[in-house]
Amino acid sequence: MRWDWLPFYFPMLVHGLYLTLVLLVVSVVLGFILAVPIGLVQATGPAPLRYLARGFCTFVRGTPLLIQLWLLYYGIGSLFPTIGLAFPGFKENFMWLIRLDAYYYAIVAFTLSYAGYEGEVMRGAFLGVPRGELEAARAFGMSPWKVVSRVWFPRAVRQVLPTLTGETIDQLKSTPIAFTIPVMELMGVTSRIRQDTFLTYEPLLFLALVYLILTFILTRAFGYVEAQIPTRR
Amino acid sequence: MRRVQALRGGRVAARKETPKDSRPMAVVVEDLHKKFGDLEVLKGVSLEAREGDVVSMIGASGSGKSTFLRCINFLEMPTKGRITVTGDEVALKPHNDGNLHPSDRRQLERVRTRLGMVFQSFNLWQHLTVMQNVIEAPVHVLGLSKADATARAEKLLNKVGLYEKRDQYPSFLSGGQQQRAAIARALAMEPKVMLFDEPTSALDPELVGEVLKVIRDLANEGRTMILVTHEMKFARDVSSHVIYLHKGVIEEEGPPKQVFGAPISARCKQFVSGIN
Repeated sequence: MRWDWLPFYFPMLVHGLYLTLVLLVVSVVLGFILAVPIGLVQATGPAPLRYLARGFCTFVRGTPLLIQLWLLYYGIGSLFPTIGLAFPGFKENFMWLIRLDAYYYAIVAFTLSYAGYEGEVMRGAFLGVPRGELEAARAFGMSPWKVVSRVWFPRAVRQVLPTLTGETIDQLKSTPIAFTIPVMELMGVTSRIRQDTFLTYEPLLFLALVYLILTFILTRAFGYVEAQIPTRR
Repeated sequence: MRRVQALRGGRVAARKETPKDSRPMAVVVEDLHKKFGDLEVLKGVSLEAREGDVVSMIGASGSGKSTFLRCINFLEMPTKGRITVTGDEVALKPHNDGNLHPSDRRQLERVRTRLGMVFQSFNLWQHLTVMQNVIEAPVHVLGLSKADATARAEKLLNKVGLYEKRDQYPSFLSGGQQQRAAIARALAMEPKVMLFDEPTSALDPELVGEVLKVIRDLANEGRTMILVTHEMKFARDVSSHVIYLHKGVIEEEGPPKQVFGAPISARCKQFVSGIN
């Protein structure tokens, strides 16, 4: 075993860790914010919105994240330069869009993926809240918005917390896929180290250890949040 | 409104206990119909409750009494009829599900704050403590300050004997305690009328008494109440007016003495015969 490469690549690994964590946190937070209306609309919304949300969830859950990411990056991502070639005006005004870093595509893809999975989870959670408690909320004069914000959502989200823990850890373990487009997150950096040093196992072992530690911290953090909610279900 | 006047006049003459009753109307329901698909569970039921009245609705399971109560605050949408709460007639418009729906959401919400509902299955909000359950609607619907709502809630929880349990979550309470908490929650809105939908039907027999006692105290305070119940003796004791519902129509109604003591309808006679 050789570990002498570690000090040299350490700053790069720290930056990779930073990119991984930002990708995880941003996609989980934004994804969950999207998941709430996606779930609610499926539980109670008007038919067109319901079908739209349902279709979105089916697509996201029915296709590999790798393909979604590539569709976004190589599909839509290469569309902008093409438009730029055809319309110089577009190129002038939307250069940032054409030059957009792969990292942003990864964030969008991971956000949509999380939204799709959690949208389905939230649908179940919304439907799992006893009807009577919603009736009580309405019977006391709450507006539809109040019913959702004061009773339906808080009640549903407590039920999905254990599920969210698992899904968020799954999301963490999916982030290496981002290196394929390429993003220099942890996996990207590790891959670079392997190419530079011709080492096969050591960088991968190190990477596995880092993910293990991250998973441990995440589990503890969610466990802490769950412990703050002393309701018995 | 003319029909109400006529109806009111007729009813007042028929009621011996309260000649020339001048108390204002709390709830007036006129000719209420309710269909579930092809099944008509209410076939023109009317009810009047003046302030201070305790109206009990009795009848076999499936007679439509719970549905009727749930139509008063529009947890069920009536197919036909009119509902007036403390002088406010709820504006209705036909909906494509075949029922009438309130056309003015704000009016509906306003009317609902005057009707304190107590459910058979309590329906306390499980993610909130007893205290939080009681102050929730006063704070977030009526706009009371948290301090005022808490002061009000403490009084009510004392009254229903649950002050010590105020920081517990509902699932840690017995059925009787949950129902008393639910009554406190309804009272915290200071409603004009309390609606009870079989409040003791989901309780173990030994817990029924503690809930009935609370409801009896409310009746004695002169609260206006509409009560759907299977507790016949209780209905006879606390009611000012009893309605016996059979297959969606009023088969018999009047003061409890009449309905329980000398019913005209043979069916009603048979139904109430068990209690004496």
